[in-house]
Amino acid sequence: MNLRRDPFQAIADPTRRAILLLVASQSLTAGAIASNFDTARPTVSKHLQILTECELLEQKQNGREIYYHINANKMKEVADFIEPFRKMWDDRFNKLETIMKKYKAKK
Amino acid sequence: MEQKTKINAEAGKQELVISREFDLPLELLFKAYADPEIVEQWMGTKVLKLESKKHGSYQFETTDPKGNKYGFHGAIHEFSPNRKITRTFEMENTPFGVQLEFYEFEQLTDDTSRLNMHVIYESVAQRDQVLKLPFAQGINMAHNRLQDIVSKLK
Repeated sequence: MNLRRDPFQAIADPTRRAILLLVASQSLTAGAIASNFDTARPTVSKHLQILTECELLEQKQNGREIYYHINANKMKEVADFIEPFRKMWDDRFNKLETIMKKYKAKK
Repeated sequence: MEQKTKINAEAGKQELVISREFDLPLELLFKAYADPEIVEQWMGTKVLKLESKKHGSYQFETTDPKGNKYGFHGAIHEFSPNRKITRTFEMENTPFGVQLEFYEFEQLTDDTSRLNMHVIYESVAQRDQVLKLPFAQGINMAHNRLQDIVSKLK
């Protein structure tokens, strides 16, 4: 699994969470986003790249500028904190099902 | 695609319902909860004790990859084969408290069955904490993976 594409890993970083909050209200260019942080510009670019790779942010070309905006669908997926809990049970039940199918076959 | 496992956790309530349909006859689904050896396999835990009967109790112990041990235990209040199990559940040394669990086993066809798991917590806050646990672990795991990778780069 590509670690960089994991949205949960992406939002685990405080700077990236701050970027998401900033972009939530309006589309911004990389420069405008970077001006909100003391961090070096290339560091912010790296964060933007990670957020884009895991689809939390989307890019839109407007003239010569690239604007970043939030991908609401992906955010909803991550914000739905029950999903990992459901997934945990789903994995467990899948395992139960597999084991019992084998058990049945053996008999 | 429809999800096989469903969670119903209404906001502001101290209970939740987990339901799942299995491609298994009812008897085999129930056996997976009653037989200690089978429980060990699918729960990935060591079963220290499992008395599948009324007034019985159970004790599990899980070891994580780092060797830390986690204990779980509870008392069995009702044990009706192929129909229902009522029991308590407690994760030892955690702030999550005791939960009351009702397992209802239902036959759908000769080869399919359904489990409804109704869980009641001491408070709304406790239920929400348990719900958030895998989410928080997911974030921690991502952190740990990142640390592992970074330490290998050094």
